[in-house]
Amino acid sequence: MTELTSDVVVIGAGLIGLATAWRLAAAGIQVTVCDPTPGTQTSNVAAGMLAPVTEVEYGEDDLLALNLASVAAWPAFAAELQDATGLSAGLHQTGTLSVAYDVDDAAALRRLADYQRRLGLEVEELSGRDARKREPLLAAGVSGGVWVPGDHSVDNRQAVAALLRAVDLSGALLIRQRVSHVITSGTTAVGVQLDNGDTVHAAHVVAAAGPWSSQLEGIPQELRAPVRPIKGEVLRLRVPEAYRPALRHTVRATARGFSVYLVPRPGGELVVGATTSELGYDTRVLAGGVFSLLRDARTVLPLMDELELVETIAGLRPATPDNAPILGPSGLDGLLWATGHYRNGVLLTPITAQIIAETVRTGVVPELGKPFLGSRFGTPKVNVGVNR
Amino acid sequence: MSDDTLVIAGRELTSRLVMGTGGAPSLDVLEEALIASGTQLTTVALRRLNPNQQGSVLDVLRKHGIAVLPNTAGCFTAGEAVLTARLAREALQTDLIKLEVVADDHTLLPDPVELLDAAERLVADGFQVLAYTNDDPILARRLAQAGCAAVMPLGSPIGSGLGIRNPHNISMIVEELDVPVVLDAGIGTASDAALAMELGCDAVLLATAVTRAEHPALMAAAMRDAVVAGRNARLAGRIPKRYHAANPSSPLEGRAAL
Repeated sequence: MTELTSDVVVIGAGLIGLATAWRLAAAGIQVTVCDPTPGTQTSNVAAGMLAPVTEVEYGEDDLLALNLASVAAWPAFAAELQDATGLSAGLHQTGTLSVAYDVDDAAALRRLADYQRRLGLEVEELSGRDARKREPLLAAGVSGGVWVPGDHSVDNRQAVAALLRAVDLSGALLIRQRVSHVITSGTTAVGVQLDNGDTVHAAHVVAAAGPWSSQLEGIPQELRAPVRPIKGEVLRLRVPEAYRPALRHTVRATARGFSVYLVPRPGGELVVGATTSELGYDTRVLAGGVFSLLRDARTVLPLMDELELVETIAGLRPATPDNAPILGPSGLDGLLWATGHYRNGVLLTPITAQIIAETVRTGVVPELGKPFLGSRFGTPKVNVGVNR
Repeated sequence: MSDDTLVIAGRELTSRLVMGTGGAPSLDVLEEALIASGTQLTTVALRRLNPNQQGSVLDVLRKHGIAVLPNTAGCFTAGEAVLTARLAREALQTDLIKLEVVADDHTLLPDPVELLDAAERLVADGFQVLAYTNDDPILARRLAQAGCAAVMPLGSPIGSGLGIRNPHNISMIVEELDVPVVLDAGIGTASDAALAMELGCDAVLLATAVTRAEHPALMAAAMRDAVVAGRNARLAGRIPKRYHAANPSSPLEGRAAL
């Protein structure tokens, strides 16, 4: 049994854990990252949309602010990552075209555009004809669209590869072992024990275990992160050379009431997603999921028929009760959360790494991160509009 | 109307608003809406949920003492619906089932033939069946005759928000059936829910109108009040409509001749 010590130990080597480790190491802090299979879970399955505008929901203002800050941080983050590693970070600044299929879909899209405008977000409503000028291979039945210039995408697999290299080059240590539990001393987390019995002692433990964050042993029950897995199925297709680029922008569609997105990569890959189901830690790809994704994608892009279906895969989004991440102090001294990013893990990678690195360095959570403390959960719910 | 209790399948309910959970943007938003609605019974799709998963909607329902009504959403045949109902009974230890057998995933309209078949089989298997059905009075009668604990006609298609398209059919169903009638699907706003109760429905089931509203908890509170208002109006006995002459509410005698 080996006993290691480090300034910081990070649990989980997905995008969030890797980026956080890299930022800390770049600041001269000694970091150890533990993960049995780095970069192979949610970060590998995601489609990589940076979509703060097109995915905005009513009443999620704090999350919108964080999302916008992170999409703004991506270009510099990607450039620095590329400089450090010589690898592409996968950032693809294409803008996003939301389209509606039938008239009911168009009404839903207009309602969302109205909300986006009220929030001061940049959106441009288009006729079906004008939407198809931007993407000529879209189905003739597309009845309307909204152009969102600020929503982009990242090839998440390229980002994972670049971050793995960056972590390696930065001098951080990556241990391919599962954390069996967090080691505590009184009310303080002082390190982690690994499955092989080795231990890593550290002044700071950063839990970035995505959907498994709620399962970490050694953390008192009442302080555990309220994170649950929400399964999503995703398809990866290859556009034949003759048809490239089938799409030039990320396309989100509402097709007969069903939502689907199509994310083109520069190399001819098209990522189609995603289903949503709460079936626990289940990553089986079900036929119904693949069917509905293909059906809806084909409704708006008839060319789907000619694409090669390369991969079907399912991953687990780490969801929280309010869909926003859990960042910073956990209530257990020495333990910081960097988890619960739900649909926005790729998007929130740069800002999360920045917030956690600053919290470790200064002991203070930066202003932008304050709405996302884990302590916001567990407060009693207020009744609304009750007869007085 | 404090003693105006509804009994469905032997369960006493003082709230006549049954909620669904589909379409909520987050668990927190759903929880706030459920509390604001005052509901005591909420339906959950078993196919899209693992009952053993911690932190799911089932935990929210348990926390607030709201009874779970599992449903067979996503089933297209009687066979699938029966299997799903049995899985739900085993997983949730309840004999209540909201039976949904739809014809396709575009209209989501019930398939009447498969529905009746499934209802008969589930009743025979000991289930308390709450059957989601078309607004066809004869089909509603057949479901009641089959032994369903409640019959739940649609106002309009699921998620459409088109309200009650055929109030006369709903009235006919209410007048004929001895089991509770729950208006299920199509509610868009509070007046739709009030109308259902004025027509004599025993309760209203809705989801999308609340979960996809801009302010779900506020809409849930509006629905709660609308159901109470519609129920009270029904019990109060409305005045007949006069189509050809007004009938002034103030006496005409003794008024100043100006």
